[in-house]
Amino acid sequence: MNKHTQRYALPKKTMTVLAIIMSIVVFMSFSFNDESMISNGENETINNDSVESVKAFMDVYKVLMSPRCMNCHPSGDVPLQGDDSHLHTMLPQRGKEGKGVYAMKCANCHQPENTPGLHTPPGNPNWHLPPSDMRMVFQGKTVQELAKQLLDPSKNGHKNKQQLIEHADDGLVKAGWDPGEGRTLPPMSHEEFKKAWITWINTGAYAPKQ
Amino acid sequence: MITLNINKKTYNLDVDPNTPLLWALRDVVGLVGTKYGCGVAQCGACVVHLNGEAVRSCVTKVSRAVGQKVVTIEGLSEKNDHPLQKAWTELDVPQCGYCQAGQIMSAAVLLKENKNPTDEDIDAAMAGNICRCGTYLRIRNAIHLAADMQLKG
Repeated sequence: MNKHTQRYALPKKTMTVLAIIMSIVVFMSFSFNDESMISNGENETINNDSVESVKAFMDVYKVLMSPRCMNCHPSGDVPLQGDDSHLHTMLPQRGKEGKGVYAMKCANCHQPENTPGLHTPPGNPNWHLPPSDMRMVFQGKTVQELAKQLLDPSKNGHKNKQQLIEHADDGLVKAGWDPGEGRTLPPMSHEEFKKAWITWINTGAYAPKQ
Repeated sequence: MITLNINKKTYNLDVDPNTPLLWALRDVVGLVGTKYGCGVAQCGACVVHLNGEAVRSCVTKVSRAVGQKVVTIEGLSEKNDHPLQKAWTELDVPQCGYCQAGQIMSAAVLLKENKNPTDEDIDAAMAGNICRCGTYLRIRNAIHLAADMQLKG
């Protein structure tokens, strides 16, 4: 090559090396998010932070897998009971709407409020299990499985992001913190749980790897 | 004053609204067919109908029954001729009899919602009614018999 062309074009070797480096940079930028991020369909997250999100979800998981929550999200069609989550005595069945069947409907024993005394039914006006066509199982789920399920509208009761946030104040959810005599509370207060829940969602609702 | 509709009659009762319905029925109204077995909703002896649903009157407050229709074993039929009552007599189901009012009231809800229950349906419906004398086999047979009677009119 003569001196004039050298001023306007880089040597072939340099071009090749640069092209390779740029390809690597582009490739890496696509795989930067190792943890799968669930889209909320609105393309609007405040302050995406996968580390904070996963940290918050570990707290959420602890609560949802505690007996006060998991007992009504069983893997079978019989609710669980007690701090040891044994099968509910008398084996009431879920039924199509999650309200029990025949003379064993939830509200036949579970009154609108807690019944006083030990070993009596706790109460809530809306006592029920998830329906049989959307069973919302918690029991036996890993951290990743549960996170993905909670965010999937076809599995979470058709909730969008806003409804998920509001769900932390749902009456039956809050009843977990007023369970009646002889039942252990969830591992953190409702306020702390709500904070973790909202943090998880608002930092991108990341499903942890494990 | 609490006003209740029990077996199609109106009663004005001077009871605390938190009183379990069982005691209003037995001690105040005098309908003693409904029994106290455990007081904690675990035996089913106290089952009555509230708007056609089987509730455990030992934990159901009187206030929940206000404005609703209460039916006890005494009101299940006019002349003790409900198919379940006939079947119970025909197959000689009771031994001591203590649990049987609750058994029949629970079975009545089953037959209302399921005209031809299978054994699994009977299990699901009746698992909450326990019998110390062990009359379960006869209870099951009597439910099947009552269902047949109902189907045949």
